[in-house]
Order: sequence, then structure tokens, then C-alpha cells
Amino acid sequence: MTSSAQSLLELKGIGKDFGAVRALEGVDLTIYPGEVVGIMGDNGAGKSTLVKIVAGNFPATRGEIRFEGEPVHFRHPIDAREVGIEIVYQDLALADNLTATANVYLAREVKRRFGPIALLDHKAMANRTLEIFGELRSETRPEQLIRQMSGGQRQAVAIARTRLANAKLVMMDEPTAAISVRQVAQVLNLIRNLREQGVAVMLISHRMPDVFAVSDRIIVLRRGEKKADKPIRESSPEEVTALITGAKEAA
Amino acid sequence: MSVPQEAPVSYANIGREKWWRRGIFASQVGYVTVALVALIVVMRIASPYFLTQGNLQNVAQNFSFIAISALGATFVIITAGIDLSVGSMMCFSAMITSMVMTSLSTPGMFGADLFVHLAADGKTVVANTPGLILIVSILAGVGVALIVGLVNGFCVAVLGLSPFVTTLGTLSIVRGLGYVVSNGRGSFPGGPDVDYYYALTSGSLFGVPAPFIYLVFFGALMAVVLHHTAFGRHVFAIGGNEKAAEMTGVNVAGTKIAVYVICALAAGVQGIIICGWLGSAPANMAISYELKVIAAAVIGGANLAGGVGGPLGAIIGCVLLEVIRNGLVLAQVNSYLQETLVGVIIIAAVLIDRFRSRVS
Repeated sequence: MTSSAQSLLELKGIGKDFGAVRALEGVDLTIYPGEVVGIMGDNGAGKSTLVKIVAGNFPATRGEIRFEGEPVHFRHPIDAREVGIEIVYQDLALADNLTATANVYLAREVKRRFGPIALLDHKAMANRTLEIFGELRSETRPEQLIRQMSGGQRQAVAIARTRLANAKLVMMDEPTAAISVRQVAQVLNLIRNLREQGVAVMLISHRMPDVFAVSDRIIVLRRGEKKADKPIRESSPEEVTALITGAKEAA
Repeated sequence: MSVPQEAPVSYANIGREKWWRRGIFASQVGYVTVALVALIVVMRIASPYFLTQGNLQNVAQNFSFIAISALGATFVIITAGIDLSVGSMMCFSAMITSMVMTSLSTPGMFGADLFVHLAADGKTVVANTPGLILIVSILAGVGVALIVGLVNGFCVAVLGLSPFVTTLGTLSIVRGLGYVVSNGRGSFPGGPDVDYYYALTSGSLFGVPAPFIYLVFFGALMAVVLHHTAFGRHVFAIGGNEKAAEMTGVNVAGTKIAVYVICALAAGVQGIIICGWLGSAPANMAISYELKVIAAAVIGGANLAGGVGGPLGAIIGCVLLEVIRNGLVLAQVNSYLQETLVGVIIIAAVLIDRFRSRVS
């Protein structure tokens, strides 16, 4: 990845206070199209805060965000989604009384208009959902209820949602935390597929092997500050562990 | 880095459920219907009058009196809300409708000159445009329901108050307003259009009671709205996981306000129909009907925890309640026992559902 390329997401001096708690301070980072960036850090390091700022859940106290070179101010998650930022939440944000298709298309339903009334186009949504699950190589039926699904299938539904939107940047919060070994391999493959299609992925994870398996670059946060930002091949799990715990100050 | 892709997608390890464990057979609607059929057979054996045309019309009319409101309440229950104000709402809408109708039909009252004039004999009141008074007075009754629904929805969705407390408040407020506007005496529909009113509410078409026709229409409409529109999807999504709905961009507040408005409108329409059948809107009309309505919805499979429910269940629940009431009367069982039995059935219906979900 060359720094001369047009950046996708650029954060400058991002800081966030929650009352007297300083959750983030002076974070600069740049993400390029088609790049997988692993974000690592211990609990309370500021990973989730960072994701939520980029996702528009709450504004930064300080700093500037640029998306595709333009300054952006997200007030609501929908603002972030409109420019092409999608998030796969840790708790997946699925309604378990609805089918996979209904969840994938939630708030983006495909409708057919009959005069003044718009009815759901069940067939179009089910077909596209099946297609996406095929791409994800997930054994998930579009008409299956989330309640009846395994953790991996739920993950596939949550990821399918970002595929539907043709997002430019996908942020994944612990996508491999609660699923089977085989499903982890599938999710990692999906992340590679996203990269091949030019989608940037921010992977927030505790699982060092997963981060090292797919990331191009790694960013380490500690106590709300960025401590490292380097190509993954120039780092090692040992170094990252030291950076996370503070045994090594910065890299 | 190339990792071999896995085998193509196959569904080898996820079979379909057996037919009796999916669809309507696995739902509470399914076995409440079975219970209903069994009950009807028992009633037929117990009383030769049960399946007569007259009695069936009677049953159809009676359950339609709470079922339209139960449809509206089901919307609210699916979002994991509750509306306790429906009984008061029925009474208030009925009262406003009949009061507006009466005053617009009384020459000399404010605005009445636009609608009526006296005939040559100086006594008979004649409508300027037949039916117009009825339309205006029904719109007035539905209009107050709209306002109450908006208040409920605003308090729950925007102010974040609990649905139970909010609608407990409006239960009292609306009932109180009913006493205030009628001085505690209730009101009576009257005037030249009153016959149209009675025809539309307690009449029948080819032997089918009018309220039942409205019920079928609203039930079908509700089925389409719930399962074939984005709004219906969002209602279910809010009941299933409100936070998820919010995060994915569903307009949660707007949808919630809409369900409380629908519920209040259904109750208002229900009240107007009951009033036409009774011929008056007494101040104590429909007291505690909110409990009947919620009971019917719950018996029909709506889950108070949200995410589950539908028009068929609500209607079946109302039918079951009415068949029991009707059957007990025909069997000359002490009518006070009804209430007790209804309570037993509510708990039994919910218990069966609990056992089923534990087994599967």
C-alpha cells in the first residue's frame, strides 16, 4: 500500500472524553481502499470508542474525520452508512424472531409499488440473500429464523448485511470471537474477498492469529493513544503483545 | 495468500423441521384453533341450540365487538408494548360520535344549521345532505382516538416512558374526560342520520353481522401490513430486538407512535360500533375491556415480551372467549364462572406454548 494513493478514511487528532474519562487522545490514522487493518488493544484501550466515532454512534470531542478526502461529521449511524461505512457489531444486532433475509434487508427492504402502496418483494430479497450466502460459503437458509441459527450463521447474516450495501469500509468488531474453527476460516476468507473487491476492512479483534492471518497493517491502541501503526510483516505477535500490555512503549 | 476454499455450500446438516413442527401447526394459533374446534364439538353435544344460525350470528357479532380492538392491540403487543387505554378509548370515541351527531342534528346548536333544517311542520328535523352528519360525527370519534394514540405514542416512543404506566394514565384520563363531557350520564346518538348509523353497526349483509364484515376486512388488511410491508417488518423487528432495529436504521420512534395510533383508532372504531349496537354510549361502557382485548391477543399467541403475534391469533382468541361465554350461558352454567374460566384459559394457553418451546 502506498501512501500516495487516495485515502479512504483519515482521522486527525481524534479525542473523546466521557466526563472526566479521556477515552481517546490524539489518534491519527489513515485507511486506504482495499486494505485490511487490524486494530488491537486491551480492554479499555479505546477500540470500541474509535469504532463508534467512525460509525457515527457519537461524535468525537476533538479532531477531524475525512472520508474520501472530504471532511465529514456523522451525527447518526445513518450518516456514516450513507457515505459507505458499515459495521458488523459484536452483538451482531439481529432480530432473532425474523428470518435471515428479513435481517439482511432490515430497514433496506426491497419493495414493489402498486399505485400508492409498496409491498415487500420477498422473492427478490430471498434470491439476493441466497446469492450472498453463497459468496460467503455459509450454510444458511434465507428463510431460516435467526433464533434457530448457530453463532457462525448469525455472523454470516451480519456480514451479508454489509455486502448488500456495497460498503467501501467495513468495520468488524470481534467477528471471530464466538464461532467455530471452520467458521473462523470462512470469515477470514470473506475478509480477503472484501479486500479483493477493493473494500477496506477494519478488524477489531482480540485473537492475534486471526489478525495476523488477514491484516495488511496493524494498529495498536493503549490507554486511548495509538502506540503502533506498521505493516504486519514488519511486526510479530510477540511485539504486538508487548505493545498492548505496555511492556514496549511504542513502535 | 491463498487458503483453499471449502466445499461448496450444502445443506446436508440442516434438515427441515417435520411438518407438524413448523408453520401454523407449531404455533399457538394452531393448537388454540384445535382447542376451539374441540370446544365447539363439546358445545354442540351439550346444547342443540349452539350451532343454530341465530346463535352463530350472535356469536359472530359478539366476538367482533372486541376483536377489531384486539387487532389494534396486537400491533402494540408485537412491539413489546401494551395499551391499557383501549376500554376507555372505546367509550370516549362512542360518546364523542353520538354527542356530535346529536348536536349537529339539533337546530340552533352551534354549526347545526350547516347540516339540518326544520321541515314545513316545524318539528321534523331534516338533514341537508343525508349521511353527512354521520360521516362528520364518526370522523370526530375517530379524531379523538387519533389524538389519544398520538399522546400514548409520543410518551412511549419519544419521552421513553413505560407503555404500562403511560397507558394506565390515559386509561384514567380518557375515562375521566368521558365523564366530564357527558356529565357522567353518557350520551345517545340521535338525529336524522341515526338510522344509517344503526344500519352500519348492528345491521347485517346476507345474514352476516356488519361488525364481522369489518373484522374480516381489518384482519386481512392487518395480515398484509404485517407480512408484506416494510412497516410490518419493522414492527416485528422492534419487538424482537429494539436495539438492533435502531442500529440498522429502522425508524423506531415513528414505528412505535404508529402502532399506538393504530391501536387507539381500532379501539375508537370498536367503540363506535358497540355504541351503534347498544343504541347509546353509557359512561361506564367498555370498562375493563382492555383486559378482554389483551387476554384475547395473548390466548391467540401474541407474546407480551414482543416479536410474536398476528391477526388470526387475535381473532381466534376472541372467538374462543365468546364461545366459552356463549356456551356457558346455553349450558345454563353460573355466568359468574365465565371470568374464572377465561383466566384459566389464558394461563393454559401460555403454559402450552412454554412447554412447546422447551421441547423443541
